[in-house]
Amino acid sequence: MSTRVEKPRSAEVDRAIRLRLYQLMVELRDFEQRAYELFLENLVRGTSHLALGQEAIAAGYAVAMRADDYTFCTYRGHGHTLARGASMAAAMAELLGRGNGMLHGKGGSMHLTDVSHGAMGSYAIVGAHLPIAAGAAWSAQARKSGQVAVCFFGDGTTNIGAFHEALNLAVVWKLPVVFVCENNQYMEYTPIRSVTAVEHPAADRASAYGLEPILVDGNDADVMYGTALRTIGKARDGGGPSLVEAVTYRHGGHSRADPATYRPEAEVREWLSRDPVKRYRERLLAAGVGEAELSEIDARAQQKVDAATEEARQGAPARVDEIERQVWSDGGSAWRN
Amino acid sequence: MAELSFREAIAAGIAQEMERDPLVYFIGEDVGAAGGVFKATVGLFERFGPERVRDTPISEQAIIGAAMGAAMTGLRPVAEIMFSDFLATCWDMVANQVAKTRYMTDGQVSLPLVIRTANGGGTRFGAQHSQSLENWAMAVPGLKVVAPSTPADAKGLLAAAIRDPDPVLVFEQKSLYGIKGEVPDGEHVDQLGTAAVRRTGQDCTIVALAAMVPKALAAAQQLESLGIDASVIDVRSLVPLDTRTILGDVRRTGWLFTVEENPRLCGWGAEIASIVADECFDDLDGPIVRITTPHIPLPAADVLEDMAMPSVDRIVETVKGGMR
Ligand SMILES: Cc1ncc(C[n+]2csc(CCOP(=O)(O)OP(=O)(O)O)c2C)c(N)n1
Ligand SMILES: [Mg+2]
Repeated sequence: MSTRVEKPRSAEVDRAIRLRLYQLMVELRDFEQRAYELFLENLVRGTSHLALGQEAIAAGYAVAMRADDYTFCTYRGHGHTLARGASMAAAMAELLGRGNGMLHGKGGSMHLTDVSHGAMGSYAIVGAHLPIAAGAAWSAQARKSGQVAVCFFGDGTTNIGAFHEALNLAVVWKLPVVFVCENNQYMEYTPIRSVTAVEHPAADRASAYGLEPILVDGNDADVMYGTALRTIGKARDGGGPSLVEAVTYRHGGHSRADPATYRPEAEVREWLSRDPVKRYRERLLAAGVGEAELSEIDARAQQKVDAATEEARQGAPARVDEIERQVWSDGGSAWRN
Repeated sequence: MAELSFREAIAAGIAQEMERDPLVYFIGEDVGAAGGVFKATVGLFERFGPERVRDTPISEQAIIGAAMGAAMTGLRPVAEIMFSDFLATCWDMVANQVAKTRYMTDGQVSLPLVIRTANGGGTRFGAQHSQSLENWAMAVPGLKVVAPSTPADAKGLLAAAIRDPDPVLVFEQKSLYGIKGEVPDGEHVDQLGTAAVRRTGQDCTIVALAAMVPKALAAAQQLESLGIDASVIDVRSLVPLDTRTILGDVRRTGWLFTVEENPRLCGWGAEIASIVADECFDDLDGPIVRITTPHIPLPAADVLEDMAMPSVDRIVETVKGGMR
């Protein structure tokens, strides 16, 4: 198999960007951690799918994107939405079902969206958003706007038809879209390798669409940032789509309070030792960034999450008069006269 | 007024809107140089070019997904699903994504897109190329649904659908593609959510949709010779639904018959029957009667298909028997 994991190219990323990557990863980490605590307090009802451990992918891409680029992500989308600059308080309030939530309580954890920041939605039917992202890229191409759509999805998504339909269409129409498979190695509870015909669920499929196989370390923010620059740049320059497989691991369970006992202990230990946030912190220290500067970033992230949590908790419950609003663009839901 | 076939009227409707608005794009399988398998879009490719009239792979999810992604970012796409039966392969896109995203994001996303599809039976194609599926779409909050019965409506409702800021499914009954009718000259834009009274009678109200409208009209003519003067209302738009026109007519005649091509259960006529029963029960002179295809997959052989679908004779017999 010609597919190989790309080596980190750390030295190429400049200091300010690296600090930004670190800050973003810490914020996403702290947000998810807090969301989990609130879930255990029964304040987050329904469900939530955390991306603890997958922060480098969201950060790497978000930092490389232009402000008007489009992000499409899954139900595991808190990080991707926040990384584009969406309000943390509004996201937290949405998780809590509050009226000051990002979607006023109508979407919930699995559907965070902030179009004003290019976060075009979190989609909860596996695979659905790949064709939709291709459509946004088609629109950018037609309008000659120079925008790029980036679409994040899991390893399990590579076995659904929409993945293949979207890739084929994107290549045939040479669309400015980047498909990023976050291979966290599990679907809900089942390892991807046990149900997939190839070893690398996305990268090994790339050649079927005439694409270069791109298999990268999804726990390395520098690698992810570099990959993002390259693939987004290619799309923006009219070079068409890319398919990236970023190998990673989720630190927690699939959703809610899933204890993830289906994963071997040694495997979990091994991956925790490759924690993208810790690892990046160590790399920055080794590169000469002062401990004080990093601690300051850590502290500010905590404050930001604290403030967001407080604002969300202060929010009134979702307003019941929202129920019949915004089915149609006239703001209402009338279906008869 | 010019006489156009239904299929020419479809092409004229799309052309009118593509001419007016450069953000209108049209995609689907075999819609480019081929002009569509039903030849309902002949000439568009030549007129607007391969960027705006674009062939797709046989990927229904990609077609609707692409239309959705484009609609939420500034285009006004028209997507064709060759046969409505194929909607089943992209129903996630239609029912979960297109229909719900505006609501779930509390209005952050607008979806001005049109899905056109050839619908219905009468062509001996068998159960996977003949279904009448407009009631599937009607059952999903967030979708507007129209089904024209005349060339003029085909153009006018399609144009209205393209201009509408919300997702609209346009069901084109394929046995109607060849019919001819007068279409207003110049720009023609109709209004969604309006029924049309095709015939005003004193004795009963027959409500029909798409290909069932000409049948209901033919039945009304026969009923007249039997001394029954029937109104025929063309529903045209299932969502929004013009209940005012229907209720008004039923209040006057006291009798309601629906003529539905869809299989029996949960057909659109059931919803109308329920509304009428709720809101003008006291004006009714007898039970509401639904005339539908039986609850079966549609068979292919001509004798079987003709027997299954509501026919002029069945409408006449049912109305006559019902009002006895
Ligand atoms: C079409 C569809 N089938 C099944 C599910 C239920 N489901 C939700 S998440 C999930 C696992 C998806 O795995 P993957 O794509 O690897 O993403 P991850 O959750 O690991 O981020 C499944 C099966 C779904 N939401 N949609
Ligand atoms: Mg996974």
